[in-house]
Amino acid sequence: MRSDEALTEARCALGICNACGYCNGFCDVFEAAKRRPVLTDTDLYQLANLCHHCRNCLYACQYAPPHPFAVNVPRALARARWRSYEAYAWPDSLALLFRRNVLAAPLVALAALVAVVGGLLIAVPVEQLFARYQGPGAFYRVVPLEIMILLGALPLGWSLIAMTIGLYRFWQATRPGSASLSVDALAAGLRDTLVLRNLHGGGPGCNDLDERFSHARRWLHHGLFYGFLLCLAATVAASLYHHLLGLEAPYPLLSPPVLLGTVGGLAMAVSTAGLAYVKWRADPEPTAAETLGADYGLLALLFLVAVTGLVLLGWRASAAMGLLLAVHLGSVLGLFLLLPYSKLVHAVYRFAALLGDALDRHREPRSISADQAERERT
Amino acid sequence: MQRPDVLVIGGGTAALCAAISARRTGAQVLLIEQAPSGLRGGNTRHSRNLRVMHEEPTAFSSDTYPEDDFWRDLWSATGGATDPGLARLLIRRSSDVTDWLADAGVHLQPTAGGVLPASRKTAFFLGGGKTMLNALYARAGRLGVAIRYGCAARELLLQNARVEQVKIQAEGGPQTLRPLTTVACCGGAQANRQWLRTQWGEAAEGFINRGTPFATGEVLASLLQQGAVAVGDPRGAYLVAVDARSPADDGGIVTRVRCMPAGIVVDVEGRRFHDEGVDTASTRYSAWGGLLADRPRQTGYLILDARGLRAAPPSLYPPLTARTLADLAAQLEMDPDRLQASVATYNAAVRPPAEGADPADWHTIGLHPPKSRHALTLIEPPFGAYPMRPGITFTYQGIGVDAQARVRIQAGGSAENLFAAGMIMAPNIIGRGYLSGLAITIGIVFGRIAGEEAARHALG
Repeated sequence: MRSDEALTEARCALGICNACGYCNGFCDVFEAAKRRPVLTDTDLYQLANLCHHCRNCLYACQYAPPHPFAVNVPRALARARWRSYEAYAWPDSLALLFRRNVLAAPLVALAALVAVVGGLLIAVPVEQLFARYQGPGAFYRVVPLEIMILLGALPLGWSLIAMTIGLYRFWQATRPGSASLSVDALAAGLRDTLVLRNLHGGGPGCNDLDERFSHARRWLHHGLFYGFLLCLAATVAASLYHHLLGLEAPYPLLSPPVLLGTVGGLAMAVSTAGLAYVKWRADPEPTAAETLGADYGLLALLFLVAVTGLVLLGWRASAAMGLLLAVHLGSVLGLFLLLPYSKLVHAVYRFAALLGDALDRHREPRSISADQAERERT
Repeated sequence: MQRPDVLVIGGGTAALCAAISARRTGAQVLLIEQAPSGLRGGNTRHSRNLRVMHEEPTAFSSDTYPEDDFWRDLWSATGGATDPGLARLLIRRSSDVTDWLADAGVHLQPTAGGVLPASRKTAFFLGGGKTMLNALYARAGRLGVAIRYGCAARELLLQNARVEQVKIQAEGGPQTLRPLTTVACCGGAQANRQWLRTQWGEAAEGFINRGTPFATGEVLASLLQQGAVAVGDPRGAYLVAVDARSPADDGGIVTRVRCMPAGIVVDVEGRRFHDEGVDTASTRYSAWGGLLADRPRQTGYLILDARGLRAAPPSLYPPLTARTLADLAAQLEMDPDRLQASVATYNAAVRPPAEGADPADWHTIGLHPPKSRHALTLIEPPFGAYPMRPGITFTYQGIGVDAQARVRIQAGGSAENLFAAGMIMAPNIIGRGYLSGLAITIGIVFGRIAGEEAARHALG
């Protein structure tokens, strides 16, 4: 595996951390780094994905700039994390999407949008597209259900396969001699993923904007993640309605699919806006400037998915429904296509890293070594 | 603010605690910190824990640490070179320090996290000293303390035991302040080469300053010149063995060399000079610092074989390594025969532990100096070396203070409107030796006392 500047920077910074260790109360990265003192490329990929980018360790670091050691762990790990997405992407040829993500991701999203909207404009006669539909099956009079399922299932299926292969590669690389999973470790890894324990900063929260502690980014991430899950749940509920109950969309406002989707969509819209705001106001020092564009682009896409869904709900009885449906489907298609080739993929590697770390922690029951005990004294 | 009620000189723990306490007491406070904001905080930046007495287990320290235990530790670490009145005051007032810090927005690291060494004597800052500094600066700013960075006090002018003027050097050039009261919290002189040279002569050239480059001692010197009582030992310095490749200043905790028991230590001529196995407690850091200061070129080399290299903890700089001792000696610009002879003599003297004894009890017989424990032969290549020098942490000369942290005057009594806290007066309590976490506790306890007393004096 090729080593490069980003990894050299991370190795150098964490080498100093391993001799210091003051930050080990913030998150799991520092104890994990001590267990991997050689800091190989794959060690760095594991540690970079374990890092939730809370930034506390920059403001805590006596070796951060302007100190000549210029240690900047959050930035170094953000870069290494981005390299890891590239390193484990499948197929290999599409790894270049990460190298050119600022350009590639918006292009993919735009292409998806144009394809669906354009396809609809071409395939559906104007009077049919801009007619008012009400009652069961209204959506399918504009876009037939089979087309809709294909539009969702094919790209999602591809992306799930790509992410599974990426996950497998990551796991194989970061867990040599792969230890067997234990129930305890699995539970701990899952819990850490769902509650974002590593974004608590050891209690006071994270340095979201600057050296002050805050819980905002964690709550916004929860809003986005659980909002996304609610939207998925809405889709599952709708398909149960369709296939089990034989009821066709659109569904009443107070039905489970609409309620789940509305709450989820609102949560996603508010959270993406909030995350973008935090990103905009944050001190740029601990972040990797070159990934900011891609981050904003992705937040914009998620925002678009959520908002077009809500707008579609609001105007589903109007003549604009056909076009709104096309824009919503196009943005969802873009999102599905980008799952393995954008920052969204962090979800699988983050989970794998948390699970791996839980395995390491459970395998080596904590014992206070003589070396740690002596650290008490300066 | 030309004429603040309280002028706090310094920017570390003591200064911030003094400024916050004075402000809370109602005074107008100006804090001047010599460093730019990015390097603010003196040696607190490099600190991690503080020593506190507690009668009950807390979330931050296990078990209990009663006053008398603290006192005994202090007495034995300093060999009695401590002012009993001030020491008892420090210990008693340390008991509510963690509450005070929490109230000021500082977070300590709970022991329940499981990643801290079990400690009943000290509590750890979450994220280390710099995170505490960030919280204290934020709190001071919010309370309305005026803070000026890059602003150094050069001289205090005393008349009739009163500070009349303080000469400062700021970005705009020299200025004169006329504060009602002054609190000096600007540490010792360990970053001042000239100062070290006058005390240590040539040997000072070999020292590495582990901490802030801003501990230049101008205020200390100015006060001593004008009749403040001197305490401690002018030649005293807390020296620790650090990697000789460390930067001249500010290398901090990561520059320590720690694994002497895993190998042998030789000087630049390749000769051993001290028992590497006798002291495996933390005191060995300071023991080796002092020993190195007395060696030629203030340099020593920790020599390890492959076993020692594997056992060595992570270090800032990788060890120098070579397949043979001769090659290693060449890298160290040392006579290869001399180094090989030292290792061969040592290896030949190594004996296993007695039956049933501690496996660490490998020792030497008939070797001078002996290696009394952990004496494993150095035979497995590659061989490695850590070059070492004495790293100065703080100096043992300070200003005498009374129980209100007022600066004592040689002519008798105390200065009316001058207080001191932190490392500038720490030698009242630690005349020699050290206990982990003590410096921060001194800074907080005496910073609070000095700030309150100074504000009270200023407000009449």
